Amino acid sequence: MSLLSRKAICNTHGQDSSYFLGWQEYEKNPFDEVQNPNGIIQMGLAENQLSFDLLESWLANNPDVAGFKRDGNSIFRELALFQDYHGLPSFKKALVEFMAEIRGNRVTFDPSRIVLTAGATSANETLMFCLAEAGEAFLLPTPYYPGFDRDLKWRTGAEIVPIHCTSSNGFRITASALEEAYQEAEKRNLRVKGVLVTNPSNPLGTTMTRSELNLLIKFITAKNIHLISDEIYSGTVFNSPGFVSVMEVLKDGDYDKTEVWNRVHIVYSLSKDLGLPGFRVGAIYSNDDMVVAAATKMSSFGLVSSQTQYLLSALLSDKKFTKNYISENQKRLRKRQRMLVMGLGKAGISWLESNNAGLFCWVDMRHLLHSNTFEEEMELWKKIVYDVGLNISPGSSCHCTEPGWFRVCFANMSEATLNLAMQRLKNFVVEYSTANGHKRLHHSPKNSKKKSLTQWVFRLSSRDRDRESDR
Amino acid sequence: MVVLSKIATNDRHGENSLYFDGWKAYDMNPYHPTNNRDGVIQMGLAENQLCFDLSEDWIRKNPKASICTAEGVDEFKNIAIFQDYHGLPEFRQAVASFMGRVRGGRVKFDQERIVMSGGATGANELIMFCLADPGDAFLVPSPYYPAFDRDLGWRTGVQIVPVHCDSSNGFLITKAALEAAYEKAQEDNINIKGLLIANPSNPLGTVLDRETLKSLVSFVNEKNIHLVCDEIYAATLFSTPDFVSISEIMQEMEYCNPDLIHIVYSLSKDMGLPGFRVGIVYSYNDAVVSCGRKMSSFGLVSSQTQHLLAAMLSDEEFVGNFLEQSSKRLAKRHNVFTKGLAKAGITCLKSNAGLFVWMDLRRLLKEQTLEAEMALWHVIINEVKVNVSPGSSFHCSEPGWFRVCFANMDDETVEVALQRINAFVRQEKDGNNKAQGKRTKCLPKKLQLSFSFRRYDEGLMSPHMIMSPHSPHVPLSPLVRART
Repeated sequence: MSLLSRKAICNTHGQDSSYFLGWQEYEKNPFDEVQNPNGIIQMGLAENQLSFDLLESWLANNPDVAGFKRDGNSIFRELALFQDYHGLPSFKKALVEFMAEIRGNRVTFDPSRIVLTAGATSANETLMFCLAEAGEAFLLPTPYYPGFDRDLKWRTGAEIVPIHCTSSNGFRITASALEEAYQEAEKRNLRVKGVLVTNPSNPLGTTMTRSELNLLIKFITAKNIHLISDEIYSGTVFNSPGFVSVMEVLKDGDYDKTEVWNRVHIVYSLSKDLGLPGFRVGAIYSNDDMVVAAATKMSSFGLVSSQTQYLLSALLSDKKFTKNYISENQKRLRKRQRMLVMGLGKAGISWLESNNAGLFCWVDMRHLLHSNTFEEEMELWKKIVYDVGLNISPGSSCHCTEPGWFRVCFANMSEATLNLAMQRLKNFVVEYSTANGHKRLHHSPKNSKKKSLTQWVFRLSSRDRDRESDR
Repeated sequence: MVVLSKIATNDRHGENSLYFDGWKAYDMNPYHPTNNRDGVIQMGLAENQLCFDLSEDWIRKNPKASICTAEGVDEFKNIAIFQDYHGLPEFRQAVASFMGRVRGGRVKFDQERIVMSGGATGANELIMFCLADPGDAFLVPSPYYPAFDRDLGWRTGVQIVPVHCDSSNGFLITKAALEAAYEKAQEDNINIKGLLIANPSNPLGTVLDRETLKSLVSFVNEKNIHLVCDEIYAATLFSTPDFVSISEIMQEMEYCNPDLIHIVYSLSKDMGLPGFRVGIVYSYNDAVVSCGRKMSSFGLVSSQTQHLLAAMLSDEEFVGNFLEQSSKRLAKRHNVFTKGLAKAGITCLKSNAGLFVWMDLRRLLKEQTLEAEMALWHVIINEVKVNVSPGSSFHCSEPGWFRVCFANMDDETVEVALQRINAFVRQEKDGNNKAQGKRTKCLPKKLQLSFSFRRYDEGLMSPHMIMSPHSPHVPLSPLVRART
């Protein structure tokens, strides 16, 4: 009899993936403008670090919040005691209004249908516990956020079956891909309970089109299954077309009178839009009373700190602030993405041009592969991490079916660092193209080209990773 | 309709239990010293409200600990982006040091073994996910905290096998009882993965002595099963005997497999901060620390809160004073309360920790049955208007015991509660007929009057502050608060 549980022994937590291993390499040799200018630049971290000044200045103008005060009276005691899993009413109200504002107020949300959770990580897991038995499956379009393997499958025992999307049509979800995935699940004897999409997409950095959303709604209607729309990046849309939430499409199509209305659930978080991943603020929004009821009870296992709920309720209730923040944040993201893609362009690298959202760009490096294989993608990735000094995320870690794609983040560093990163990339491409197989690029002795991917993964996976996963 | 999961639709969350009648009565008619002196006094909530002045004072004097103040805002960005599941190093260090202080400096905790979780609620679930598979079981001595059923078993699929303790020996856990429970489980083909104890005990308020702890350690080593010690009430000790942590036993015993020993902790009771959701799993098993840490992603402590508490708990002077004062105030409150009960002829299990007493009302039962206990309980809620928790909700095998909390109200309210209890007991003494008469008085009328009553938090806050998002018409279950 094993001393520990099966969950403790298996590696469904997915931490041995290359996605996380790149992080480890970064941690060993992190770039610093002054202390370590030759270090690895972190471009694998989807963080929004562009708008902290706006938050800090709001704090400076709202000293009451800092002192646990409301109207000059101390509410420390009340907050210290507040552990009601229904959440702070003022916070939920402010949160749903913020969500509506992000959607141009074309949809509104009912605060009693929001369930607060410790980050979207917890929200997604909780929804799985509510909607699927162990051994049942959710369909996810690829490429998808690597953390889903842990969040959706690890402790729940649920399965993920991929909906394959390819560059042939800009990675859009098609009816045939949906159907194929469903058949694949059936072949594997997995009962499909729903589809989970991330909109805007991580890692693609694109918003879903209305026709994709309509397609999904038709599909879940026909199959009588759920749809989870993880809209964690909804506030990071910086270019047209704007963000269309599945809720909007449902509303426009008068679906609120139908049964499918109850089968669509939204996941949200303040980690990306507001850049506050440390505060662990996630949410589930559902039109289904039973899901709200069950998820609310489950949220006991990961409530949001009352101290944090209070701070954010004050912040998000300030409509002047939210209006300015949303637009300013978008402006800055747009500018930063432009810098990145200009740099890519100079390096002769193309990217998914529909990139209009997210904190990253889906970059096409297929032309740099010696052959169209994932082994080659790994080799290229290793070069970029060790030789170029950029930690970017290989498409294979996102379950992309096409080798050669990489996710490159642009919102977690200064402009100067981004410029440097683009310079390094340009230099690398120039050398690489010139080399053309004849000239060997310098490799650090630790990483001989001969080492197979498998060996490398096993070696590094024995070490503990220290950073909570990026999205 | 698409069916939801079994977990979502079964009852293992425990909230449909009859025991929430008391809470409903309170929520519909909560006592307030000025606005509703006839309301129900909440004595079912194990909260430590005695030392907020100390924490508040510290916060006022240490603006740098907050990332929102002018003094502390330069840390805002670093803290806001910090989501490393190892936790802020200074937070782990401060918690490890605090845990050591609480144990009188007799143990040193390694910050590398500190794993965060969403309160002790999250910690208990997390440790089960690490140690047991669905269908496996843990032995838990009864009476035990009702929400263990949810925390240990709801989503994990783990079962609880109770080890019944009763008043014949002061509710002590005996080796014989453990062996018997273990053997029976084997016969029933139930795979026991471990033993979980709460020390100090909820609801008993007692601590385990050294010998008992040693025998528990021997027991688990013999069977090669885990020992999880929920020490959430460690710093609520207010008199002798001393609290002995399992961590101390670990240091003393010659043979103990460290891979079997795990501690669950939280700041919800000792510091009175349940809203901040600070749960800790401390394991001597490296694989559990590693796995637990990954799982902690599902319930990390807000970095804002980590930052504040790192500063607070590493302030040695503050901690020393807080622990001393808290203990003194709990002792005083316990003394006042038990003396008051004694005046009414009510005895309690002798206890020296916790935020409650284990009150013995067996002689007031018509007969020694569960039904009689429930009948008495309804009288206490509806007539005496005090919400206490019946022993059966703690899976106590002996009817007639009630857990009564005393640290979640002010002195005046304690007096009112004691007066009511006194009056009730006297009335019971004066004969059944009189009591019968009183019981037929129509309670619903009174409840109707209070239907439009706005829900107040007990005692001291300004009336317009409504924390509950629900109208008073919808009674909340106690599990709404992650831990009661």
